[in-house]
Amino acid sequence: MIPELGHYALVLALFAAGVQTTLGLLGAKRRDAYWMLATGPAASTQFLFVTIAFLALTHAFVVSDFSVTTVAKYSHSTKPLLYKITGVWGNHEGSMLLWVLILAIFGQALVAFSKELSHTLRARVLGIQGFLSTGFLFFILFASNPFLRLDPAPMDGQGLNPLLQDPGLAFHPPFLYLGYVGFSVAFAFAIAGLLEGHIDSSWARRVRPWVLTAWAFLTIGIALGSWWAYYELGWGGFWFWDPVENASLLPWLAGTALLHSLSVVEKRESLKSWVVLLAILAFSLSLIGTFLVRSGVLVSVHAFATDPTRGIFILALLTLTIGGSLVLFAMRASKLKSVGNFEPLSREGGLLLNNLLLVTAAASVFLGTLYPLILEVLIDEKVSVGPPFFNVIVLPLLLPLVFAMGIGPYLPWKRADFLAILGRLWAVALAAFAVAGVIAALYSGKSFLALLGVGLAAWLFFSNLLLLAERIKLFRAGPSGSLARLHALPLSFFGMFVAHMGIAVLLAGITASTLWQTEQIRAMQSGNEVTIAGYRVRFEGVERISGPNYLSDRGTFRVTRGGREITNLTPERRYYPIEGQWTTEAAIYTTWLADLYAVLGEQADGDGPWAVRLYHNPLVPWIWIGAILAAFGGGLSLADRRYRVKGKPKTKITPKAEKG
Amino acid sequence: MKRVLIALFLATTAPVFAVEPDEILNDPILEARARDIGKELRCPVCQNQSIDDSDANLARDLRLLIRERLKAGDSDKAAISFIVERYGNYVLLRPPLKPATYPLWLGPFIIFGVALLIATLYLRGRRRADLMTRTLSPDEERRIQDLMDHH
Amino acid sequence: MRFSFLFPLFVFAGLLALFFTGLGHDPSIVPSPLVNRLAPEFNLPSLEAGEEGLKTADLMGTLTLVNFFASWCLPCKVEHPLLVKLKKEGRIRVVGINYKDKPKEAKRWLAERGNPYDRIGADSSGRVAIDWGVYGVPESYLVDQNGRIRWKHVGVLTPGDWHEDFVPLIKGFEK
Repeated sequence: MIPELGHYALVLALFAAGVQTTLGLLGAKRRDAYWMLATGPAASTQFLFVTIAFLALTHAFVVSDFSVTTVAKYSHSTKPLLYKITGVWGNHEGSMLLWVLILAIFGQALVAFSKELSHTLRARVLGIQGFLSTGFLFFILFASNPFLRLDPAPMDGQGLNPLLQDPGLAFHPPFLYLGYVGFSVAFAFAIAGLLEGHIDSSWARRVRPWVLTAWAFLTIGIALGSWWAYYELGWGGFWFWDPVENASLLPWLAGTALLHSLSVVEKRESLKSWVVLLAILAFSLSLIGTFLVRSGVLVSVHAFATDPTRGIFILALLTLTIGGSLVLFAMRASKLKSVGNFEPLSREGGLLLNNLLLVTAAASVFLGTLYPLILEVLIDEKVSVGPPFFNVIVLPLLLPLVFAMGIGPYLPWKRADFLAILGRLWAVALAAFAVAGVIAALYSGKSFLALLGVGLAAWLFFSNLLLLAERIKLFRAGPSGSLARLHALPLSFFGMFVAHMGIAVLLAGITASTLWQTEQIRAMQSGNEVTIAGYRVRFEGVERISGPNYLSDRGTFRVTRGGREITNLTPERRYYPIEGQWTTEAAIYTTWLADLYAVLGEQADGDGPWAVRLYHNPLVPWIWIGAILAAFGGGLSLADRRYRVKGKPKTKITPKAEKG
Repeated sequence: MKRVLIALFLATTAPVFAVEPDEILNDPILEARARDIGKELRCPVCQNQSIDDSDANLARDLRLLIRERLKAGDSDKAAISFIVERYGNYVLLRPPLKPATYPLWLGPFIIFGVALLIATLYLRGRRRADLMTRTLSPDEERRIQDLMDHH
Repeated sequence: MRFSFLFPLFVFAGLLALFFTGLGHDPSIVPSPLVNRLAPEFNLPSLEAGEEGLKTADLMGTLTLVNFFASWCLPCKVEHPLLVKLKKEGRIRVVGINYKDKPKEAKRWLAERGNPYDRIGADSSGRVAIDWGVYGVPESYLVDQNGRIRWKHVGVLTPGDWHEDFVPLIKGFEK
């Protein structure tokens, strides 16, 4: 009964979305006030129905209704409740429903938070959201229906991949989708702007909170996925340049570029058509990422359901959405008049460089990810493009970007004085060199790359600090003066400050954990000891235990340092009988400065020694902390008071009469 | 039931996990070379992993083979070629530089160059346009005055 | 300025064409670099002590199907009937390489199902298989009269695969 309700709700949602699209886009074109005003309620109706559908599917999972095909395929009665719920989106059909739900949530948020927009702009934005929803709801109803029934219903489900029964991975899709789908708002604004025929500073100001939201969520989503890979996959890696990972990185890179260029439009009414293109690109990359993951076109460690018929449907969606938007762009972008002129060395110039590096990085990652497919289709040759390629190409782009990040915020708009900037920053450069020097002295034999990474992180860190110090006139206006200034600083400044600090921390974490890692791979018997990074690790033995839906070999490792007890590490090797799958659960001891990471392998021949892998990953926690800081910075900027200023809509509409 | 599960647990062949202790060479330099090479070779039967990372049996065989070749005195290049001769260029995670992959390796530079060019041309165009519209019209001057009066 | 605004659309159109073509492709099929090259040098013992095993020279003189199999390999069971049928037809010589197996198990497996192989080589370490570029079992190679590998088939050999891929090639060599 409830699944049917969910199904009907989806159909109704489709109609509501269709109405929303028509009212919004045609209403704006015809300047019909009633139509335009009715777009909001249509969007809210769609939101209501999609929510009902999603709740219906969740209900089916929670009560283990195995007459629903999706539940039967991907759930099991013995799964813990949390994973029954997160299992809703742990499969293709459910995740598409989540996507559409988030689309509807953003639509509803637009209804609530866009009252100050001009009526036509608002209607158009909602209309485009509606168009996207219509497309995806259509796809779901005709090619990915989560409510299909199974008759007769099986006694129990086929379970879920044990790898997915995990907190990190369970929450990774929602955050990721909040990011992907969040960019749809910027996309809608961009299309609406093209349709309106003009973009101005207030447009940029309106779009920015939505981009910030999407970007922050995407940052967390990617970090969650990376963190999961780190603790689950068993050898301490956190980024593999796998196609699906790249698919999430691409919109992030475009989104970061978009975020930064928006301020140029806002402050200087410049770079308008470029920003519109970026907004289209960010969402387009989200869509293309979806396609890559679900179509079977690429081989990847975690590609979703591979199904070419679905691939065709998504391809059609892509054509309509991206193709349509790019056609519109080609036709209308010239109408967007940018003004303002700036020297290469200026805030605008710096942001342009930021965009240049980010876009080249994105294009390179895109090229590398697709190249195997390109070569195969064109000349029937098979190549692989793996981490060696991406590391060599992307690092030389992103490292200079970090360097530029240290200078950018110091640059005034329009024109900067090179010598003045130099004068302010030479101390920072010195500090960065000093840090690198200290590290080089303390840890001999470190590669140039390691020192470069640490040095750049320090550069960004100190540059950021100095910026704050200058702003509050530290040491020059007395403590009360500085405090007052601190208080007066806008939240958007703190947003930038925290986010850039986050990047510095992230860079330090990535550098150290990749280049400073130590490992011990041993065959150990109970009682054996091994030292790693100053810790003494003693293997106590393995016991067999059972969990709710698995059996496990659990090893115990006693960790001491200088005689002092530190912790017991208990890695496991689990067997899930339903799926017939093995997983390793690494045991990680985290401090602020490093992770001690233990993995239990196989036992040799019945009673022999166990294969043990121990890793010491310096500064790994800084990777997650850095990402969280960056996202938090985005959130701070969101809370800035300029986004909370309410104003009247720009044009007054008299019903009906107005044409043109 | 529990006994059945335990029996199943014991009976199924469990996967082997990445570099095993018994694979490690005694010579640390050779072992380091082997690890680096392992990171450059793709596991042919996996969904996008290097043989260093993979837990597949073939990956383990290849890891052992690499170590054998290194012990026998092969250079890094020779050891890698040995594998490539048998499994094709597909097994190289770093695509070889040859005409078919020029677009891949040169692409990023070209993209950067083109983007830089577009940016430069844009800046120059802006500067020219700006120079031509330097002065304000009397109409604009009046509007500015109005706005200033309002605030 | 107008052209540069069209550029993104062109790129996207190219991308669409790529994806569309890509949908029909199976990304997991990897061509073998050994095709049209001489079969690798090898000399393997038989499953039975005292019997003749399999070596490279044995592949000369006649069209041969080299089949990699193992008793622990479930899909190998599926293709086995076809191999037996091929042996009966006698159109092509079928030899087997037993991959990473115990001779006792392999013998038992063959006794249960029938032995389609003219000769068998026991590759207990799997090294010879690596020389052939084998990913796993089952895999089948067509080797011509001069000992040159002409085709590699990964996975279960179905009658469909046989007729589509192997028969046309065999006809070519029989002339």
